[in-house]
Amino acid sequence: MTKNHHDVTKTFPRYSATFDEFTISQIQRAAATGIYDIRGGGTKRKLPHFDDLLFLGASMSRYPLEGYRERCGTDVVLGTRFAKKPIYLKTPVTIAGMSFGALSAQAKEALGRGATAAGTSTTTGDGGMTPEERRHSATLVYQYLPSRYGMNPDDLRKADAIEIVIGQGAKPGGGGMLLGQKISERVAKMRDLPVGIDQRSACRHPDWTGPDDLEIKIEELREITNHEKPIYIKVGASRPYYDISLAVKAGADVVVLDGMQGGTAATQEVFIEHVGIPILAAIRPAVQALQDLGMHRKVQLVVSGGIRTGADVAKALALGADAVAIGTAALIALGDQSPDLASEYANLGAKPGTYDDWQDGHDPAGITTQDPELAQRLDPILGGRRLANYLSVLTMEAQTLARACGKSHVHNLEPEDLVALTLEAAAMTQLPLAGTNWYPGKPGY
Amino acid sequence: MKTLDLRTAPLREINRILQNEHEGFYEIRNSSGQHALAVGLTAPLSVTIDGHAGYYAAGMNQNARIIINGNVGQGVAENMMSGSVHVKGCASSSAGATAQGGLLVIDGDAGARCGISLKGANIVVRGSVGHMSAFMAQSGNLVICGDAGDALGDSLYETRIFVKGKVRSLGADCEEKEMTPQDLEILSSLLNDAGIHDISASGFHVYGSARTLYHFHVDNASAY
Repeated sequence: MTKNHHDVTKTFPRYSATFDEFTISQIQRAAATGIYDIRGGGTKRKLPHFDDLLFLGASMSRYPLEGYRERCGTDVVLGTRFAKKPIYLKTPVTIAGMSFGALSAQAKEALGRGATAAGTSTTTGDGGMTPEERRHSATLVYQYLPSRYGMNPDDLRKADAIEIVIGQGAKPGGGGMLLGQKISERVAKMRDLPVGIDQRSACRHPDWTGPDDLEIKIEELREITNHEKPIYIKVGASRPYYDISLAVKAGADVVVLDGMQGGTAATQEVFIEHVGIPILAAIRPAVQALQDLGMHRKVQLVVSGGIRTGADVAKALALGADAVAIGTAALIALGDQSPDLASEYANLGAKPGTYDDWQDGHDPAGITTQDPELAQRLDPILGGRRLANYLSVLTMEAQTLARACGKSHVHNLEPEDLVALTLEAAAMTQLPLAGTNWYPGKPGY
Repeated sequence: MKTLDLRTAPLREINRILQNEHEGFYEIRNSSGQHALAVGLTAPLSVTIDGHAGYYAAGMNQNARIIINGNVGQGVAENMMSGSVHVKGCASSSAGATAQGGLLVIDGDAGARCGISLKGANIVVRGSVGHMSAFMAQSGNLVICGDAGDALGDSLYETRIFVKGKVRSLGADCEEKEMTPQDLEILSSLLNDAGIHDISASGFHVYGSARTLYHFHVDNASAY
């Protein structure tokens, strides 16, 4: 019976909102395999995000700046608190940490080329620094991770900044996992592990626990690198007020706050979707922590997790961040999820825009793979060019919005330039609901 | 022998001198439990710390020979690449964590997580070690002349663990192996390198990875 000619004695077939098609497929998959689902990328659920904020723009009470004529600065200096050599970037959009191992050497090179052309930094990942990425990244941040895979003091000294990774937005409280099929001989050698085995990364650092120890660890890192390099501390967004306060206490020059939309190379689906908070909810308490300590703009705040457009960049800065980092968006700019690969994605049971089996190493775009044939598909020069284009667009879009708000530098954007479109966003950001002067929890109401 | 005195020179200056020298003999006086002492050395210097040192003593050492005439805090010789570090007293937790090369000798006992995430270095402990020692240790050797605490070698990869005394318990995927002539040779040579001549290589047991956790499998879920 079709809807138009149904048997009126019966209702239509109806899907459950609780047991929807995807949920049913999850239960069926679990029953068939007995193993939790592991995938790449970040959360896929709909969350309060930067789309729930709007800029007010200038009018009678504020003067806008003339687009294309009046200067709107975008540069940012990171690491001004203690480091002898802070990092100077032309754009506040940086490239987040992604490992060689999770990504091909070509993809790492392309990220370096694109970031360098745009005047920004790129970041190593679990597994250490490759000569390719050092060569092609004018400014390279070296991640110091719990696993210490490939951790080498010579590379530490070659880096422009050091990022101590406590956690990441996709899995605050979780370690890493690189499945055996991606452990090529080169990856295995860098990590000092047998070829082809599942590689686990610890979730806690091996030689310190808690912020008091971390303070001493930072002292050691500074002593080894002549107090030159900015020390970043990266946390996944969960309890940002306390985590950022403790990072500042431990001696961070820069704090990196990664929301739950941030991607991962391979993690349990249940972890990605159910742990951590959205970046929109995390920025205000992080900025509050810095302000309460008198350290806002002295310890720089880099936020990440779902940054896609110049609007996202501008909104993050207006909320009080000093810079943002992109990961998933950078991979898309390189060629991930391309419609040209539709038939190959179909062979893997996916479609352009849905592909998330980054853990398998069969990426037809040649990005999240160690298969030499697949990896060769990505031309690092062309990929770098696409990334540079994208970074340029993000920067110009952020400038456009800043000028519209009358700001001569993107860092002059402020919460006062924004309103919230939804009650949730208003509550999380403490920005007024559009058209009102109220937000949930506002004192006096 | 050049003397560097922490009572008259700040840590930063002393580390800078040691990091920039290419050779020679140095003695550090009045260490007083100072953290991050003699870290990041790169040249084959001989350094003696005459007293106790704090966290991360001789951290990330490359090529230097460092002797500590006292006890050390957490993470002694962490991520050492080469050279040697000899602690005459006891070491706190995470001794030799993630070390990739060189030799760490501890005359006394070592705390918890000794040799955690070891990546190729050799560690010889004359006394006993605490719990979770050699956790996720990847390669290299850990020699324990005394006893080992709980969960020895948990989630072990390819590190060999030699124990003369008692093991309180083994961690997930760690099992006793048969001592091969090659194992015995490695053990004897390490004891010799550590200057331990009064303890014989006989009577040690060797432990390694059962390799059942190398590929995730649901039947092993209880071990994770």
